[in-house]
Amino acid sequence: MADSSFPILTVTAVLPAVGAVATAAVPAARKAAAKYTALLFSLGTLVLALVTLVRFDPNGARYQFTENHVWVKNFGLHYDLGVDGIGAVMVALTALLIPFVMLAGWHDADPLEDRTGPNRRWRPTQGFFALILMVEAMVVLSFEATDVFLFYIFFEAMLIPMYFLIGGFGDRAHAAGEDEAARQRSYAAVKFLLYNLAGGLIMLAAVIGLYAATAKQLGTGTFALQDILNARASGKFDLATSTERWLFLGFFFAFAVKAPLWPLHTWLPNAMGESTAPVAVLITAVVDKVGTFAMLRFCLQLFPDASKWATPVILVLAVISIIYGALLAVGQRDIKRLIAYASVSHFGFIILGIFAMTSQGQSGATLYMVNHGISTAALMLVAGFLISRRGSRLIADFGGVQKVAPLLAGTFLVGGLATLSLPGLAPFVSEFLVLVGTFSRYPALGIVATLGIVLAALYVLVLYQRTMTGPVKAGVEGMSDLKARELVVVAPLIALLLFLGVYPKPVADIVNPSVQHTLSDVNKTDPKPALEAKK
Amino acid sequence: METLIGLLVAAPLLGAGVLLTGGRRLNRYGHLLGTLLALVSFVLGLVLFANMLGKSADDRTLTSHLFTWVPVESFQAQVGFQLDQLSMTFVLLITGVGSLIHIYSIGYMEHDENRRKFFGFLNLFLAAMLLLVLADNYFLLYAGWEGVGLASYLLIGFWQHKPSAATAAKKAFLVNRVGDIGLSVAIMLMFTTFGSFAFADVLPAAKGADATQHATLTGIGFMLLLAACGKSAQVPLQSWLGDAMEGPTPVSALIHAATMVTAGVYLITRSGAIFNVAPDAQTAVVTVGTVTLLFGAIVGCAKDDIKKALAGSTMSQIGYMIMAAGLGPIGYVFAIMHLVTHGFFKAGLFLGAGSVMHGMNDEVDMRRYGGLRKYMPITFVTFGLGYLAIIGFPGLSGYFSKDKIIEAAFAKGGTEGWILGGCAMLGAAITAFYMTRVMLMTFFGEKRWERDAEGHEPHPHESPASMTIPMIVLAFGSVFAGALFSLNSRFVHWLEPVTGHSEGDSPLSTGAVTAGTLVVLLLGVALAWLMYGRRPVPAVAPRGSLLTRAARRDLLQDDFNHVVLVRGGEHLTRSLVYLDHSLVDGVVNGTAASVGGLSGRLRKLQNGYVRSYAVSMLGGTAVVVAATLLMRAV
Amino acid sequence: MNPANYLYLAALLFTIGAAGVLIRRNAIVVFMCVELMLNACNLAFVTFSRMHGNLDGQVIAFFTMVVAAAEVVVGLAIIVSIFRSRHSASVDDANLMKL
Repeated sequence: MADSSFPILTVTAVLPAVGAVATAAVPAARKAAAKYTALLFSLGTLVLALVTLVRFDPNGARYQFTENHVWVKNFGLHYDLGVDGIGAVMVALTALLIPFVMLAGWHDADPLEDRTGPNRRWRPTQGFFALILMVEAMVVLSFEATDVFLFYIFFEAMLIPMYFLIGGFGDRAHAAGEDEAARQRSYAAVKFLLYNLAGGLIMLAAVIGLYAATAKQLGTGTFALQDILNARASGKFDLATSTERWLFLGFFFAFAVKAPLWPLHTWLPNAMGESTAPVAVLITAVVDKVGTFAMLRFCLQLFPDASKWATPVILVLAVISIIYGALLAVGQRDIKRLIAYASVSHFGFIILGIFAMTSQGQSGATLYMVNHGISTAALMLVAGFLISRRGSRLIADFGGVQKVAPLLAGTFLVGGLATLSLPGLAPFVSEFLVLVGTFSRYPALGIVATLGIVLAALYVLVLYQRTMTGPVKAGVEGMSDLKARELVVVAPLIALLLFLGVYPKPVADIVNPSVQHTLSDVNKTDPKPALEAKK
Repeated sequence: METLIGLLVAAPLLGAGVLLTGGRRLNRYGHLLGTLLALVSFVLGLVLFANMLGKSADDRTLTSHLFTWVPVESFQAQVGFQLDQLSMTFVLLITGVGSLIHIYSIGYMEHDENRRKFFGFLNLFLAAMLLLVLADNYFLLYAGWEGVGLASYLLIGFWQHKPSAATAAKKAFLVNRVGDIGLSVAIMLMFTTFGSFAFADVLPAAKGADATQHATLTGIGFMLLLAACGKSAQVPLQSWLGDAMEGPTPVSALIHAATMVTAGVYLITRSGAIFNVAPDAQTAVVTVGTVTLLFGAIVGCAKDDIKKALAGSTMSQIGYMIMAAGLGPIGYVFAIMHLVTHGFFKAGLFLGAGSVMHGMNDEVDMRRYGGLRKYMPITFVTFGLGYLAIIGFPGLSGYFSKDKIIEAAFAKGGTEGWILGGCAMLGAAITAFYMTRVMLMTFFGEKRWERDAEGHEPHPHESPASMTIPMIVLAFGSVFAGALFSLNSRFVHWLEPVTGHSEGDSPLSTGAVTAGTLVVLLLGVALAWLMYGRRPVPAVAPRGSLLTRAARRDLLQDDFNHVVLVRGGEHLTRSLVYLDHSLVDGVVNGTAASVGGLSGRLRKLQNGYVRSYAVSMLGGTAVVVAATLLMRAV
Repeated sequence: MNPANYLYLAALLFTIGAAGVLIRRNAIVVFMCVELMLNACNLAFVTFSRMHGNLDGQVIAFFTMVVAAAEVVVGLAIIVSIFRSRHSASVDDANLMKL
């Protein structure tokens, strides 16, 4: 399918970047124009991403729509783009979520007053939407890059707009007052940045180490994934065991921070708690996915033996993430932090699926990334609507919302049910696949992970019970139900959750062949059923 | 014909979709739409039933494959239906009783502002329950299994503004989830053992399994039992059922008496081939059933809340079914038969209780009833027939089905048979006692109701026709179903091709069992009459014996759950939250702080004097040059 | 003439320049000393160019001159503006670079 010369991948990524510039250039007074510009560009990106997805041929070459250009010849730098089934699906997910994030945060960055004088150029609205588009561009490029260094650049570059989004735009109302809110916000933003930079730096060292290794063995150093894989396939390139392990750890550390895996998760609750709900969705549903995606693409493909060597430890950490995240979610008093810990638990499932190294596990993990993106977006955005109405994030400040705002409560419940993986909604399919994929190779871990589904039910239902049911609490009486704009955000997400829950086949068909490629990279096959194995 | 199976599920699903998304404009006729679609399902069920009767016994299974749900390499989950005699029985029970309860709810929920939503949830329940019994593989069954759990959650918590209802709903869902672990692990085990989880692959393979696989099959059996315990409220996962009575009474009748709670029995019967080769799992099933049938009965004796007394009874009756299902081929058919007759009389009893509550301003305390037979004659008669059926009065439904189970228990043989039979008979005596107690406290004696807090005195009155007609229909079922099924062992022949059947070798003759059961039944009734009929019932519950007080608190298992799980869980999460903040995040923040401290020291070097910077630059250069020269020299 | 002598001269000039930067307080003088150091380097470059017989050293010397000229422009401007605001050209008075 890579027949056409139209560089669709570059355009998909550049479009939002251009949109960011265009949005930022809109004059200060014309806030609405800026918003519509940004929305338009994000919708354009969505169309391109969907075209890519539809035209992707699951049975064709592994990487499609490839674009290969030499960037800096002497350093072996390439501008190599290409998507496999997993990448195409992830690009589509990103492009899909951005318009919803924008619509949900439509008024989040409206300036409280119009400034005059020297500050008349102050324009947070333009900044907010431009930064979101910038994040989108960086994330899309990370999913598309097939050159290790190119990937690294975008992997790190996305931190910059994210930093400003977290630190610059918080919830309007804050229980602890404006100054304390600003302090906590900047703490969260700096923590996010430093944590991820630390991971990134270690990865940079590993990237350079990989380059040095290729330079040594192949004569000319290269960062191109395809070159490295070809060289390995032909036996020209073979890392020493200890080198491979160190390099693997360098890459994995960065991805584990971003994913986040226990015990590297503590930045997530801060970042998600302090940022606005749309930005929180951006963090957990979009940016964090690059971490788990990169484990599949880079860790497993580049360092298959080291991946297998590290598998037992990673699986145990993943299971700890699942149980620990869920238990902490139960103990939270803040709605957004609760959802953040729930995400820690869910990322545990994704990593578990990836490193179980079975078809079901990895296909499930990929679907999980998609489904978790959509379900968390639904839950978090509705939570955001709820929080902005009440002016508080504390669970204890709510109660009886279903009586005054039934639609809000209903959509919140659907988002919650998706989070607890109810059959019929998309996350169930992926969660079960991950569990069955893990169980078929590691029964004990599979069973322990299954306990996570009970805990998920606990934190979701306790949250729903405390906020939505019971007598109407003071401060909740006048709460309005969902407005048309908010319904436009939530309804398609719920429809998508239902559709992918009942008929995930189209996505699964795109993902499966890529997963088979990845499995053959690490030289693993699914365990045979006991009955068949005997024959 | 095959396409009709899909429609059977689709009709109520459509209803749920329309009613729940349709908004307020459907308020005026939403309940009629919901009822209509339930009836459509029932009629489709009847058409399929007629079609099935027209075929020979071995050729009755219909299958219908819709689409592939989850395809990942060897994991191929299909959406496909299988309609055989066992599913058919359930389809008719679900849609039949379901339709009646839809009709009943039109009257019962008339004044509720969310009636449309209620019917939407009921339709959702029907769709999920039909999916559960029609699925041709365990994975799809699991979808229906959780679907009924969701519907049950939504309906128990229908009056969400009541904290007790919201708590009860959450509890039901959570306890069910614990059971669901069992089902998911069972499916995973099937997948890793047989490479499939379709009935058509797993069950024959289990039948032909060799000795080495028996351990795995036993494991699967235990996991299925765990699932069944959750859904069917069996010990030790029974605690949610009593609380579930917070839901509207039609819900208690449909979901928590007639259909959903019997799903565990369906699961075990459907998986008979697995249990048949896993005797240890079977023993566990029988034990659970026996313990629950006594447990539920004892709890039922002590409750003053009419619905909770009936809930205890439901638990106990399902205990009978589970026990029968655990007996193997000698019990499967009777488990299902008792399930159907129980569906009739227990739904009837609940609807009767609802009718009583409807006339008594939603009072549930039986000590505030008394003498109601004069005020609500139809309710009294239908409730009375249900009562006679459940205690096993000769000739009524319960007599046929329960006696068969007791007989089968004895037929298990050996000491085990005697113990099981004895327990089953003891259960029958207790059943007679607590049901007579309910009957006497509600409909006999003097009136004991008082003005409520707002000064309204209840004016007991008969319920409207939309409520009484379903009760009358169910009463007919309670009276005649058993006899109809038992005529020429019709029910046995009907189900035999699916579940298999063998006559046990009973140490007692049928006559002896019947006579024994009658004797204990009379004992139970007489004891209840002595305690509650002969002398007036005190309006305030007496302190009671130790056992009574324990039974009022569900034999203390809720206290156990509270102390061990709730409190323990709270402590665990609280300390984890603390640890996450102080330890995990503490390490991170500690690193940050030490870097900050170090840089604070280093900052002193930056005194701002250009010349000192110049010195350090010069010094640095000198060191570099010296090092380079040295390296060269070496 | 022995080209090494030029190198000795370059080293001497560089040392004088470095000592001046470190010791003197007047910013203008410090600045002149920096220029002295640059020129010492230029001298060394040109000498090496002569010794090795290729033009690289001379090319770099030209670069250095251009950079030095640019530096003078920026540096003098800074010194002048500091003098305007603080009425002193002593480098010790301008210690705002510490945190």
